[in-house]
Amino acid sequence: MTTLLIAEHNSSTLSSATLCGLTAAQAIGNDIHVLVVGKNVESVADEAASLAGVAKVLCANADVYEYALAEPMGDLVVHLAANYSHIIAPSNSESKDFMPRVSALLDVGQVSDICAVLSAEQFKRPIYAGNAIATVTALDATKVITVRASSFDKNIKQNDQKCPVETIDFVAESVLSSWQSDDITESTRPDLSSASRIVSGGRGVGSGENFALVEALADKLGAAVGASRAAVDAGFVSNDLQVGQTGKIVAPDLYMAFGISGAIQHLAGMKDSKVIVAVNKDEDAPIFQVADYGLVGDLFAVLPEMTSKL
Amino acid sequence: MKILVGVKRVIDYNVKVRVKADQSNVDLTNVKMAMNPFCEIAVEEAVRLKEAGVASEVIVMSVGTTQSQEQLRNALALGADRAIWVEAESDIEPLNVAKAFAAVVEKEQPGLVILGKQSIDSDNNQMGQMLAALIKCPQGTFASRLVIDGDKALVTREIDGGLRTVVLTLPAIVTTDLRLNEPRYAKLPDIMKAKRKPLDTLSLADLGVTPKAHYRLDKVEAPSTRSAGIKVASVDELISKLKDEAKVI
Ligand SMILES: Cc1cc2nc3c(=O)[nH]c(=O)nc-3n(C[C@H](O)[C@H](O)[C@H](O)COP(=O)(O)OP(=O)(O)OC[C@H]3O[C@@H](n4cnc5c(N)ncnc54)[C@H](O)[C@@H]3O)c2cc1C
Repeated sequence: MTTLLIAEHNSSTLSSATLCGLTAAQAIGNDIHVLVVGKNVESVADEAASLAGVAKVLCANADVYEYALAEPMGDLVVHLAANYSHIIAPSNSESKDFMPRVSALLDVGQVSDICAVLSAEQFKRPIYAGNAIATVTALDATKVITVRASSFDKNIKQNDQKCPVETIDFVAESVLSSWQSDDITESTRPDLSSASRIVSGGRGVGSGENFALVEALADKLGAAVGASRAAVDAGFVSNDLQVGQTGKIVAPDLYMAFGISGAIQHLAGMKDSKVIVAVNKDEDAPIFQVADYGLVGDLFAVLPEMTSKL
Repeated sequence: MKILVGVKRVIDYNVKVRVKADQSNVDLTNVKMAMNPFCEIAVEEAVRLKEAGVASEVIVMSVGTTQSQEQLRNALALGADRAIWVEAESDIEPLNVAKAFAAVVEKEQPGLVILGKQSIDSDNNQMGQMLAALIKCPQGTFASRLVIDGDKALVTREIDGGLRTVVLTLPAIVTTDLRLNEPRYAKLPDIMKAKRKPLDTLSLADLGVTPKAHYRLDKVEAPSTRSAGIKVASVDELISKLKDEAKVI
């Protein structure tokens, strides 16, 4: 029995979500192969080869994989699938795109976004925006699984000796869709999904210009910036900062929410944070029910004061 | 061009769910149900394409219990032309739903299928991608912008680092993200008119689909809850708590 873990990377390094995925793969208990797919990703494959617990790295390097489009990704994974009992990937916008294709092409179900491994067949996953946790048994011979990274440890040891890296020559022929352009948010701040501190703003921040107050505190703390959907919808910040049921799932050491009411869809994305701070001028805001430290006050006074005193 | 839209009946997004005492599932008795918010966005997008003259007919389809006809009637009131209800258990798995949709796509030959990116009950995020694989179609998931240009669809997708635009050759599958549009409300006269619009009933067997169990639900638990902490009185107190007590800064 072997598990295939599909790596998340940015073409130069593995993401911490891949390490979390590896922890989940180890809990499943099989031998583990890691698949690195992309264009010019040899160095990423090399990095994966030194991770503890990895028996082999497969590297598929071709132009067609450059943008990880779902159709060629699906074809590639299906091509490799016969050798594996488990095919797993950290949940992200790529795996959410291609993994269900893999499942359908293999005629098996997919278990999305697991937060615990109970055995090689049995997993826990959040449903109803995390308001309930389901225990499910996957019945198919091949198990296709995505992993909620924030629920698994990212501390993976390095081996002194690297495992073998095998080149995969299969080149998917799917030409069903094509990449046209990317509009990637440039940021020098830590990545939201893996940051250990996050400062988030909601509708209460009022405007895109006012978000500078949130950013100033984030920079003081070396934190990532997050947002509620209301703040994104109002155009204060870009969509990739959205935390929640349908945005990013985060679990930093410190999550600070300014002007966020605490709707269940927002809580779904951040309530596993170690320490939660809420600043809201409404003392009855639901966010206070999950906050370790609540401060009833005006964010326009609190944010600058905090930034200057730290 | 015909557009096929998926509609799912789910718990209303404002309702806080409770787990049944025997932990067999969540308790949906007497709970307010509604159209999945992402499906509302899918219906809206299809109706706008019809209003713009891009689409000739909007067909809505739901695979679910008798009550899912309510959500189909709702979609008809919002401007869809006709509805297909495929009778099934409420917890039918995504791959089985995708197979039912694939059979209808085969019959109706729509130029575009629009589905919500996820349903807010099971949070699976699978059906559209599965359907695309089954009918060997390109997919544009998590769309925040859709432009139809001849036989192509330009889809701007919400990805982890920002936005990506892909070009799909029609027929294609698009799944909706929240920012694609702002759904309208149904007006009373339209709700009345919707009662007379055609609604066909099919069984999975009619579509040649034998539902298969790919997983078993063993248990549903309430998540571990956080208890509210303390309220601090000032920024100074907050900073000292974070430094000395929580040790996070
Ligand atoms: C299908 C679906 C999916 C969704 N997914 C998500 C998701 O992933 N993430 C998400 O966040 N939301 C999501 N939502 C939206 C969610 O339901 C809420 O609407 C949203 O989280 C509210 O954002 P908010 O707290 O910023 O705004 P509001 O609820 O408007 O709250 C603003 C808060 O700011 C406070 N405030 C105002 N001015 C000040 C001030 N000067 N100082 C201090 N406090 C102030 C107010 O008291 C209030 O509590 C989703 C909704 C749906 C239907």
